[in-house]
Formats: sequence, structure tokens, C-alpha cells
Amino acid sequence: MSTAAVPATKRGVKAGKPVKSQRTKAEARLGWMLAGPAFVVMLAVTAYPIAQATFDSLFSYRLTTPDEREFIFLDNYLLLFSDWTFWRAFLVTLLITLVTVAIELVLGFALALVMHRALKALRGALRTAILVPYAIITVVSAFAWYFMFDINSGFVNNWFSWVPGISADLDWFGNTWTALSIIMAAEIWKTTPFIALLLLAGLAQVPGELVEAAKVDGATRSQQFTRVIIPNMKAAIMVAVLFRALDAFRIFDSVFVMTGGDQNTEVLALLAYRQSISRLEIGLGSAVSVVLFACVLLMCFIAVKLFKVDLASGTDQSQAKAKKGGAEQ
Amino acid sequence: MKRNWSRAAAAAAAATMVLTACGGEDDVPVLTWYINPDDGGQQALAQQCTDEAEGAYRIQTSLLPNDAPAQREQLARRLAAGDSSLDIMSIDPPFIPELAEPGFLAPVPEDVAERTTEDTLEGALAGAMWNDELVTVPFWANTQILWYRESVAEAAGLDFSEPVTWDDLIEAARDQGKYLSIQGIRAESMTVWVNSLMESQGESILVDPSAGAEELETNLESEAGQRTAEIISTIGSEQLAGPGVASLDENQSMLMFQRDNGSFMVNWPFVWPATNAAAEEGSVDADLPDDIGWAEYPRVDPDIPAAPPLGGINLGVGAESEHPELAFEAIECIVRPENQTEYFLTNGNPPSSASAFDDPAIEEDFPMAETIRDALDHAAPRPQTPYYNEISESIQLNFTPVSGVDAERTPANTAQYILDVLRGERLL
Repeated sequence: MSTAAVPATKRGVKAGKPVKSQRTKAEARLGWMLAGPAFVVMLAVTAYPIAQATFDSLFSYRLTTPDEREFIFLDNYLLLFSDWTFWRAFLVTLLITLVTVAIELVLGFALALVMHRALKALRGALRTAILVPYAIITVVSAFAWYFMFDINSGFVNNWFSWVPGISADLDWFGNTWTALSIIMAAEIWKTTPFIALLLLAGLAQVPGELVEAAKVDGATRSQQFTRVIIPNMKAAIMVAVLFRALDAFRIFDSVFVMTGGDQNTEVLALLAYRQSISRLEIGLGSAVSVVLFACVLLMCFIAVKLFKVDLASGTDQSQAKAKKGGAEQ
Repeated sequence: MKRNWSRAAAAAAAATMVLTACGGEDDVPVLTWYINPDDGGQQALAQQCTDEAEGAYRIQTSLLPNDAPAQREQLARRLAAGDSSLDIMSIDPPFIPELAEPGFLAPVPEDVAERTTEDTLEGALAGAMWNDELVTVPFWANTQILWYRESVAEAAGLDFSEPVTWDDLIEAARDQGKYLSIQGIRAESMTVWVNSLMESQGESILVDPSAGAEELETNLESEAGQRTAEIISTIGSEQLAGPGVASLDENQSMLMFQRDNGSFMVNWPFVWPATNAAAEEGSVDADLPDDIGWAEYPRVDPDIPAAPPLGGINLGVGAESEHPELAFEAIECIVRPENQTEYFLTNGNPPSSASAFDDPAIEEDFPMAETIRDALDHAAPRPQTPYYNEISESIQLNFTPVSGVDAERTPANTAQYILDVLRGERLL
């Protein structure tokens, strides 16, 4: 997933063609030289910790009893998969991922269209306004949402007491579903701009002449949208969804701040945190982290292989491919 | 280009020289004291003892995170990694065994132990021990007492000159339609409460706290455990602690106590200066402090004296410290009774030494000092075991939300939960 390595491999692919000119060879070499240092750094800061965690996950290892460290092979994983606590955290994480990404995609699309169509004079201000939540640190936004809804300090119960179901006595964080809704709302509020931004880039890539041509052929607005704009944006949409889904699956801050995992709101990242940081059970915690990583890899794999997300979209080659794909549809 | 390089190199060289100049300013050994956040009292003591040492050492403080479990996490990780900068550490008592057992703490020299514990209050001393040995030096000790609104007590006809029981409080709050300020949040405070309810019946949570992970047994399934769960469940199911019980920590329960529906509260002494400050500021009624009374921690059984919670901070020295002798010298300076008195007056944290309570200034600022002192003599530490964190988190998980506590099932479930976690048969 190293972005730094992308140009290098792309050039490597080019160089794999039968005829290698002096120039392509030199380009490939230059590519490796430019990307090499970054590649080495990525290996040191990602590959090494991942390998170490995988290794540690095969041990029963508690930081405060270093002498009792013991090789137990896959026992940590067996414990995980046989424990409802793990499955509950997994399902909660999955639920948060599905719900937030779906809502963000719809909202993000609407915002992207607004930003795309906005008058030139308004465009700058509008984009800034929409992007503000994304610029806020997650922990800060989590605290803001927490204090808004908290039964002791929050104003929501007070302001919205006329809404059926909301009263001064409603403890939002004292119940699984209300707590989860707020956690998801906070996530959606914060990261919709990210999706909107990626979709806006996609919208800008849709060639104006195609829309013009559709108009001339008598396509209605919704037909233009579903038949011309969306197919031409497919790559951008898939990239946005994939990135956001990977991000959402690793949710930690909001849950940590708002409920700390109470009321059955624990997510996988928090479970890993509690095993390795609170309990100092390095082995068990590493196992949770490895499973979390495997889930993320699996999502990547599904997206890339099954939905054919092109992570190099925007480069010359993929644009040509995307255009071709769009034309076919 | 070349010129730029040489310029950068010169700058780097200059920076190094400045740095070494700073470091080599004096040859006084620097002791790092990892402190928990307070109102600046530990920083002031560090300065004072540095001055008194006249060049023998210099104490430099380093701030730990806000809550006790996070402080433990940082200390444990640093100690496990062999960090030599842990010269002096402010440690919350329940986490001491976990750090002492693997030999992370330097042994307290006998003469230091003798001098620093001459008149330490019993509860505080118990919290500083592991395997019958003093492994840390008691610095300040905390305990909870019962705070009540005189107006509510009068209306309910409760006489606080005699010990009261939890049943009395529950009944009074129910009759008066007021809220009981307890700590119902899923946090360390829940274990504090459960432990005191158990200890107040003469039972401990663990049968033998020094047992290993495989052999640990709990007393939760006893009658005392059921009685404990019954008290908590009554308060929870009847909503006697208000609708926001799931987020009531020490601070929130104090705020609830200050409001009109406040009645009785179990809490640490910090509430007194905090309430007075709020009254002065005008965020609560100016005459609210006059309506507040205090008494010993509520009993469970009218005939058995209550065992109030024990908190506080003890000072330990890291096993890898480069200057353990100096560190203990500095600790002796820090915990001198007059320093403990000063710390109580300025920061509101009660002394662990009996004679530190004798200063007349204390009576003036903390009229309840006598009650606190007595409570510290009866206070019971939380289970002293290297697996405290697991036990505490299991209790927190099972005893929250308080409305879901069941007198029959919760203690048994908790006991089973603790055993499963410790034997590596389930996650936490």
C-alpha cells in the first residue's frame, strides 16, 4: 500500500515489456533510486512492527512477568475466535463501518455536487466550510460530541426535549444503540468531507463534452447523472469507499473518548488496546492486532480483485483504461 | 550548494556545542520524579528538597497522565523496558504489587523504611507493602468519608453523630426523593466501592491476594458478596443515584451533590475545597458549604465498623535507577511530616503520617480532618495482587451498569469472569 512505491512499480511494469530501450532502463533505475529510500523507511516502520506483532502473537507474554513468557503457537487466536467478546467487537466494528461509509457516500456525493456546481464566487468559501470538520483532530471532535450529548454537561437534551424520546433524563451513553448512533454521527460528521473531496476530484475528471453530448441526445438530468457522470466516476467512487472503509474499520478515538467500550460499544482497535496497553498482555494484544490487520488486508483484496478498484487512478495509464471502461458501459 | 552544506554542518556543530554546554553546566546528579497531576504541590516539594540538598542532587519532575490506570500503564511499560530515568515515582497503591513482584522497584533500605514509617497511619502503611515488605514509601493517603446535606438529613431524621448504614441512606434518599451521590461509572471507582462494601463486612474480595494467577480464588460468592451486590443493585434499579448514574464519576457525583436534589455522598476530601471554591466563584449557592456535614463512611452491618476506601500516592524507586541512594534521600525529604502537612493545605491531599495532622492550620482549612484521619486508620486497601488490573476491570465490567446488577447472579458471574480471565480462557 506504499504510495511511495507506486511510481517505482509502475515503471517496473513498463520495463517488463519485451523491448527495453536504454532510456526505459535508465528511467527504471532512476525510479528505484528516487523511491528506494522511502521504500526502505516504509519497510522499517511498517513491515518490521507487523512481523514483530505476528511473532509476539504466538506467545503468552505479559510485560510484568517477563520470565513466564511461553510459546503457545495459535492458542491466542483460538481464544479470540472462541470468545464472544471478540465477535461482538468485530460485529460492532463492521456495523460502524457499513453504516458510516454508506451514509458518508450519499452525503459526500451531495456535498461534492454542491461544491462542483457552486458559483465561482462562492466556491472557495464553500469548500473551506465543508472541509472544516475534516481538519479537526478526531479526539477533539469526539470530546465535542461527547460533551454535547453527555447527560451532565450536554445541551442536546435541553434544546431538543420537544422531540419525542428525548428528555432531560436521557443518558445517551448509557445505552448501546444511542451510544453507537452518536459515535457513528460523530464519525460521519468528521469524515464526510474526505469522501466529498475525493468525489469532487472524480466529478472534475468527468469530461464536459460527454455531458454535453448526452444533453444533445436528449438525456434527462437523472439520465445524465446515472448513465454518464457516475460511470465515469466509478474509479473515484471506489477509491473513496475503499479508503474510508479501511479507515472506518480502524475506528478507535471516538469510542475510546465517548464510552471507553462500555454498553457493548467496544470495537476491535479498542479491544487490542485494552489487551496490550491496559492488561500488558503483549501476546494476546498482538493477536487482536494481527486479526485487525488481516481484516483490513481482506477488505483491500476484495476491493481490488472483486470490484477492480484501480488505486493508481489519475495516472495516464489508468485514465486511458477508465475512459475505455466508461465508454463500454 | 557546497556552501550550503558547510553552513549546515557548522550550524549542527554549534548546536551540539550549546547542548553539551547546557548539560555540563554542573555535575549535580539529576533525579527524575514522575508525578501524577496535582495543584503544583509535588513540583514545589521537588524545588524545596533540591534547595535543601545543597548540590547533592537536583529533582526534576515529569508529569504522568491524568487517571491512575493510565499512570500505571506508562510506569509499567517504562519499568519493563528498563528505563533508568525512573528515579522516583508517584504510584497509586493498588498497582504496587504488580510492579514489585517482577522486581521493578528498588528495595527500600531498612533505615529509610524505619524513619519514614514511624507514625504512618495503618491503612496507608498496608497499601505500601507487598509480601510483608515495605516496597514503597507512603507519601499521602486518601480516603472517602460520608458527606451529607444537613437540610436533607434533618428532614429525613438521620442522626450522623452515630454511624449510619447504607440502608439508612437508601431509605432516606427514597423518602426525600433526592439523589445519592455514588460513583456508578465503569471505572476504577466501581472497584473502590465494591471493595469497601466487602471489607466493611469483614470479607476481602480475594481469599489469598498473593496467590498466582492459576490459584487465585475470590470471596465474591459469599453472603458478603451478595449483600454488596444487593446494595448496589437497589441504588441502581430504583434510580436513587439519578438518571445519569452510568456517567457518575467522583467529580460528577460531587456536582450532583451540590445541586438541589443532592442528599448524601461518598467521596474523597477534594470535594471540600472544590465546593468552597465554587461557592466563592458563585457557580453554586454561597451558603452551600454551611449545609454540608461529614461523618464516617457508611456501614453495611450496623455492628461492624466500616472499612473506607484507601487511595493516595506512595513513592517508589525504579530498580534501574542510576542513583537509588540519592533517590531515597530525596524521598525522605519529600515525605517529612511537615511537608505532608503543607501538601494537604495547598493541594488538599491528606497526609499518611499521623503527626502531620497535628498542625492547627489543618483544622482551619479542613474541619473534617479528624474524620479523615480516623478513616485512614480503618481504611482497607484494594486487593493487593499483581493481577489487580484484571480483577478490577472484571469487577467494573460486571457491576456496571448499576441498574443491571443482580444480587444473586452478579457476584457469582464476576467470580467466574475473574477466574476465566486469569486462566487465559477469555478476553477482558
